[in-house]
Amino acid sequence: MAAQTLTEKILARHAGKSSVEPGENIWVDVDILMTHDVCGPGTIGVFHQNFGRDAKVWAKDKVVIIPDHYIFTADKMANRNVDVLRTFVKEQGLPHFYDVGSERYKGVCHIALPEEGHTRPGEILLGTDSHTCTAGAFGEFATGIGNTDAGFVMGTGKTWLKVPPTLRFVFNGDLPPYLMAKDLILAVIGDIGCDGATYQAMEFDGDGVYALNIEERMTLCNMAIEAGGKNGIIAADQKTIDFVKSRDKAGKPFVVEKSDAGARFAREFVYDVKTLRPVVAKPHSPDNRAYVDECKGTKLDRAYIGSCTGGKMTDFRAAAKILAGKEVKIDTFVVPATTEVARNLKTEKLGGKTLEEIFLNAGAKIGEASCAACLGGPSDTFGRLNQAIRCISTTNRNFPGRMGHKQAEVFLASPLTVAASALTGQITDPREYVS
Amino acid sequence: MKLEKIIQGKAYVLGDNIDTDQIIPAEYLTLNPAIPEEYRQFGRHALAGVPAAQGGLPKGHVPFHKGPTDLVSDFQIIVAGRNFGCGSSREHAPIALDAAGIKAVVAEFYARIFYRNSVNGGYIVPAETAERLCEKVCTGDELRLNLDACTMENLTTGEKYSLRPLGEVVPILEAGGVFPYARSKGMLPA
Repeated sequence: MAAQTLTEKILARHAGKSSVEPGENIWVDVDILMTHDVCGPGTIGVFHQNFGRDAKVWAKDKVVIIPDHYIFTADKMANRNVDVLRTFVKEQGLPHFYDVGSERYKGVCHIALPEEGHTRPGEILLGTDSHTCTAGAFGEFATGIGNTDAGFVMGTGKTWLKVPPTLRFVFNGDLPPYLMAKDLILAVIGDIGCDGATYQAMEFDGDGVYALNIEERMTLCNMAIEAGGKNGIIAADQKTIDFVKSRDKAGKPFVVEKSDAGARFAREFVYDVKTLRPVVAKPHSPDNRAYVDECKGTKLDRAYIGSCTGGKMTDFRAAAKILAGKEVKIDTFVVPATTEVARNLKTEKLGGKTLEEIFLNAGAKIGEASCAACLGGPSDTFGRLNQAIRCISTTNRNFPGRMGHKQAEVFLASPLTVAASALTGQITDPREYVS
Repeated sequence: MKLEKIIQGKAYVLGDNIDTDQIIPAEYLTLNPAIPEEYRQFGRHALAGVPAAQGGLPKGHVPFHKGPTDLVSDFQIIVAGRNFGCGSSREHAPIALDAAGIKAVVAEFYARIFYRNSVNGGYIVPAETAERLCEKVCTGDELRLNLDACTMENLTTGEKYSLRPLGEVVPILEAGGVFPYARSKGMLPA
């Protein structure tokens, strides 16, 4: 049997085949389907229309519903959409619903999924959100789908997929203290372009990747979609296994696999991590790469630290390291991805102060856990760019209008770079603060 | 929508990387496409995120809708460059184009999820061309696509171009989306 990549192995197993070829169309069994408040109502509509008003989802414990996009808003339609989810969950008796206003409320779905034990190596996770690829950090196949596909999965537990060829990105060496996973993935996207991995799997490998903690691996996989990738994936190691076991209360068994020696990669890219420099993506595309030292001094109006890709504890630890005992020069918004992260900001300390105290003392504003201004949203969204201002952000996308105003300019960067820039009001090299 | 093999209409020309936030900005995603009246409302907001200078090439500054409250556009075919529909997985993007009266997009290639949503929902035809037509067609040109012959004719200039065959998605588009397709194949009860 031909050597297979990790993505091919997972897809083959879920199609009941011993192997698959890139380009082949296959039907697969889905392990987890996730939806949220923006795409859930449409998905539920498709499900009802096609399977009947009284139809039941294919497996109650495999449907996970996480409202996260438009939560802390007075917008009536947005609140109505959460009601649509509530009604559906009640009718269907779904156990995995993280409702707004309840103790179970989580925040951003891509971080909530692993925290609540819904990510496992070797599985197929589909979600109605393009950043569903984040879960590839757990050695599973995870990708974003639309309402129609999700409605189909909801009723049948199956979907058709075209097996993607795999691109392999190898990172060698340990990350210097001034670089983060965000710098790595922005460098990759700058190299291959925001369509460079269209229809392809992006597998991240090498000792530089396995040295990263789970959250940093999620940052890498999260932005596979920004290169057009179908999925991002990192083979599970002991760190993954320990994390997953600590989170999955049901202790569901899982399969740990890796790409075979001799597996066919469409292309391979090798990076020596030590030679990389802090990177930003300039407006208005995630592939508009520039090195921080080339654009330092660019004046800014706002800094934003949050989202699935930039609102995890690792991100806030990095930002706090720079902001501790100092004051920001521009409006700085801090949005924890989940309520668990928000709680940890109140307890985890650096130099005797909690991270929350460090941010507040520095003059930053802290919002509630949700997607918030990462994708603009209703006009009362915390941190939204309602004017044509210039923002540096730890989020993942900067096409025109992404964070609100069409003429606003968004620079994407690591939490270290964003924090350093918040202190000066201009794009600033984190190496000035971190040796 | 059932697949029409001949699609004729006025072109609206855009550039590269027209992402889903430009096709339908996030602030309008509170509309629920499962409700027919709200589905229609998406038409009004289609392409609302495209910066004015980049809308209606080559000149730009051509509004997609005649009036600010119009649900349907005067244009029926979008011609664009590379990576059309990149960004989010929101199915509201092809829905907004469909609701605005767009029948087909002709681009060099598409982001995967947008392409899949267009086909599976049967909203619009995502046609592809090897040529960079967004630099050859002008907004307002009258175009005719022939999906059997895989051609696109610019009736305004007389130029003729070839389209890539739609290939394996034709049966899904012909059925009107993945659900009718699956029913016709016996994969779902009729």
